[in-house]
Amino acid sequence: MVDTNVNNMEEIYRIGIDVGGTNTDAALLDSKLNTIHTVKVHTTHDVNEGISESIRRLLSESSVNPAQIRYAMLGTTHCTNAIVERKHLGKVGLIRIGAPATTAVPPLADWDDTLKAIVGSHAYIVRGGYEFDGRTIVDLDEAEMIECFTKMKGNVEAVAICGVFSPVNTSQEKRAEELAKQVLGADMPVTLSHEIGSIGLLERENASMLNGALLNVIAGVVKGFEEALQGFGISASVYICQNDGTLMYSEYALRYPILTIACGPTNSIRGAAHLSGLDDALVVDIGGTTTDIGVLSQGFPRQSSAAVEIGGIRTNFRMPDILSIGIGGGTIVRSDVAQDQVTVGPDSVGYELLKRGRIFGGDTLTATDVAVKLGRYEWNDAKMEGLDESICRRADEIITRDIEDAIDRMKTSADAVDVILVGGGSILVADNLEGVARIVRPDHYDAANAIGAALGEVSGETERIYSLDEMTYDQAKEDARNHAIEQAVLAGADRDTVQIVLSEDIPIAYLPGNALLVKVKAAGRL
Amino acid sequence: MTTYRITELNEQVVKYIAVGAAVLGTGGGGDPHIGKLMAQEAIRKHGPVRVISPEELEDDALVIPLSMIGAPTVMNEKIPSVEQMTKPLDLIEKELGRKVTAIMPIEVGGGNSLVPVIAAAERGIPILDADAMGRAFPESQMVTFHLDGIDCSPITMADERGNAVLMHAIDGVWEERMARAVTIQMGGSASICDYPVSGAQVKESAIPNTLTLAYEIGKTLYESKELKQNPIEAMLKQLNGYALFHGKAVDIRRRTEGGFTRGEAIFEGTDAQKGRTMRLFFQNEFLLATEDGQSLAVTPDLISLLDQDTGMPITTENLKYGARVTAVGFPCDPRWRTVKGLETVGPQYFGYDAPYVPIEKLAAERGGAQ
Repeated sequence: MVDTNVNNMEEIYRIGIDVGGTNTDAALLDSKLNTIHTVKVHTTHDVNEGISESIRRLLSESSVNPAQIRYAMLGTTHCTNAIVERKHLGKVGLIRIGAPATTAVPPLADWDDTLKAIVGSHAYIVRGGYEFDGRTIVDLDEAEMIECFTKMKGNVEAVAICGVFSPVNTSQEKRAEELAKQVLGADMPVTLSHEIGSIGLLERENASMLNGALLNVIAGVVKGFEEALQGFGISASVYICQNDGTLMYSEYALRYPILTIACGPTNSIRGAAHLSGLDDALVVDIGGTTTDIGVLSQGFPRQSSAAVEIGGIRTNFRMPDILSIGIGGGTIVRSDVAQDQVTVGPDSVGYELLKRGRIFGGDTLTATDVAVKLGRYEWNDAKMEGLDESICRRADEIITRDIEDAIDRMKTSADAVDVILVGGGSILVADNLEGVARIVRPDHYDAANAIGAALGEVSGETERIYSLDEMTYDQAKEDARNHAIEQAVLAGADRDTVQIVLSEDIPIAYLPGNALLVKVKAAGRL
Repeated sequence: MTTYRITELNEQVVKYIAVGAAVLGTGGGGDPHIGKLMAQEAIRKHGPVRVISPEELEDDALVIPLSMIGAPTVMNEKIPSVEQMTKPLDLIEKELGRKVTAIMPIEVGGGNSLVPVIAAAERGIPILDADAMGRAFPESQMVTFHLDGIDCSPITMADERGNAVLMHAIDGVWEERMARAVTIQMGGSASICDYPVSGAQVKESAIPNTLTLAYEIGKTLYESKELKQNPIEAMLKQLNGYALFHGKAVDIRRRTEGGFTRGEAIFEGTDAQKGRTMRLFFQNEFLLATEDGQSLAVTPDLISLLDQDTGMPITTENLKYGARVTAVGFPCDPRWRTVKGLETVGPQYFGYDAPYVPIEKLAAERGGAQ
């Protein structure tokens, strides 16, 4: 595992950590992005303990000098959990810049009462907003806005601002931020919706509110991570993983925690791409409980186009398009001899696999037992006695069919695709699957997510409606591309490495003037 | 088709109508999500809205259709105001010198099925269980009132600023041109009242019980999920519909022409239908489904795309690569099958080569419903 770079005192290293529900994975990469070492530890109740333990083991097992680690990247489920469990969420004051439009639906209309009470008891609509082409609907009512901020004083921990068509024209939201700081103090965190989500007011407003509510959560995460690193003598630049497969500076993450949601599957996909050298493939990540399938397109995960619900709240920021099915290494296999039936899952023994699995001396037949019995994987001291081969074969058929079916669902054409298998549970899968051109099992497959976290690309995005009466299609695309590249450079990307990784346009129905919604994303290396 | 009628709109009924209206929207008419939220908010504020059927109307009653015109993408961002919903109504009442008896949806497809609820709740007047399309169509003249020669004027429109317009058009085709131009100036999305009709005209020309129909479709889809029944089968039975194709989207081509999104989507068969290919042509709504050059269903009959697992409808805007769908078709209201009906909304009007053949006949030629 340990290669010669370790002795090179000039070498610069990076650490990637991915905190999952069951395991915290960590990876150490050199400056050429070769994987030096990986470790897997249990995710602890206090997540920071697991993070510290993974760094400790990574350092001691690789013997890398901590002083040579310059970059540290963290992918975490803290924020997702906080929303789902409705814990540690802060109070957020909301200003919708929308009146006289938008009044038919009040802010937080589809939030449940509990969450609304926890997060958003100060939500107001003030006058302002833009048309789709950036024209002003009405001027911002600054006096009214100052009045709203005054009411929030002492009652909110953060402010979210969401204006009509702010992704097209950002001026009013920016002015609102200035006013918020004037009234509530320069330290009051302010979330501007155009930096969070795309067209679709309510979804963007919801995402902005959740972002504000998560600021305390992410602050704890960043602080814990930085302290852990310092404790080991690592003085690295700290980055947090976003759900689109790129990184944010820790300072940026402190402002946009919502963008960390669902970065886990994304990290796996990015790691799989790096380890396999493929840019276009399906990535099948088999864990202890579920199999997550994503689409790798030009080196990045394909994004979902639908609105995404998080903890029951509809939002519209970028998310990877992931299909999850209930098959993993710990999935429980049941057989009913009388009925001549074998069933698989959907429940799993999860992190108790090493205790409850049959080959480990436990009493529960799991998918892992099946794989070992059928010779897919060798486990020292596996207890094979009493494992019924015909039951295992039938369970295997079900597992294979379910995974084949899920792969087929995520394919974009009928052609056979390449599949990259990662995750600890990938031993479950046979070497050929229907509809699959080839199966790639890269080295370090069980820590692909931590490696994905460590890769370190930063991105910039544009989403804007252009009128093709005023410019050509090519001019519109060019403008969007340039803007995305500038955003990526602003986020820290090396300009020479910036590439366009996503470019799509959608004609807007029922709108004369050939209006076109253009989305472009650019990404480059740190 | 329906044996009973809804008499009141509450939050739950609205939720069901929103899903049913997306099915009847045949891929167009916009996502009813905002319409649903607006209606639910109005009901929370003012209480349930009474629903009446056409027979309950006096012949000289005044019924006003109210809808949104413009781009759903814009409406999802620049959500309408409450005042914008009552303004065109006030203006048309003033012009006609009479109070309105009931408000009706112009179409039962997509978000417009629920837009009239806001004004009805605000004004405390009932909403009519009927519409003038029985589905969604993209243009102003594509209503049964146009087929029956009913005057579309006066027409009133409003934006959120307080601007309002009163227009007289010689027919629905001119209304479409002028209203579309006004909509652009109003920011791409506006409220509109057109085709003010009498109780007698409603009974003669509107398509009755369509809110109830949307409600029943939505209820079937939601309840099937809970009862773990196949929602698509249950719904086809309910609507005398046909399963046209079972497959996944492998290619979607969209282009903008004259403010409308036109395009075609290609589906490859899955499961028992492996090896088959369906082409689906759309202009906002799904208008023509073919296999090997043969029609499976043709406008004005309804074509909807449903998610294979949930039975939930998919709009043309949300249709994406890899989507697993069942395409279904339903017979349209018989009035669309008349000569004037087909001139107005038939395949030739939308620029397709295929002749109109009723869906029942196409299915029989293929060997019955699948």
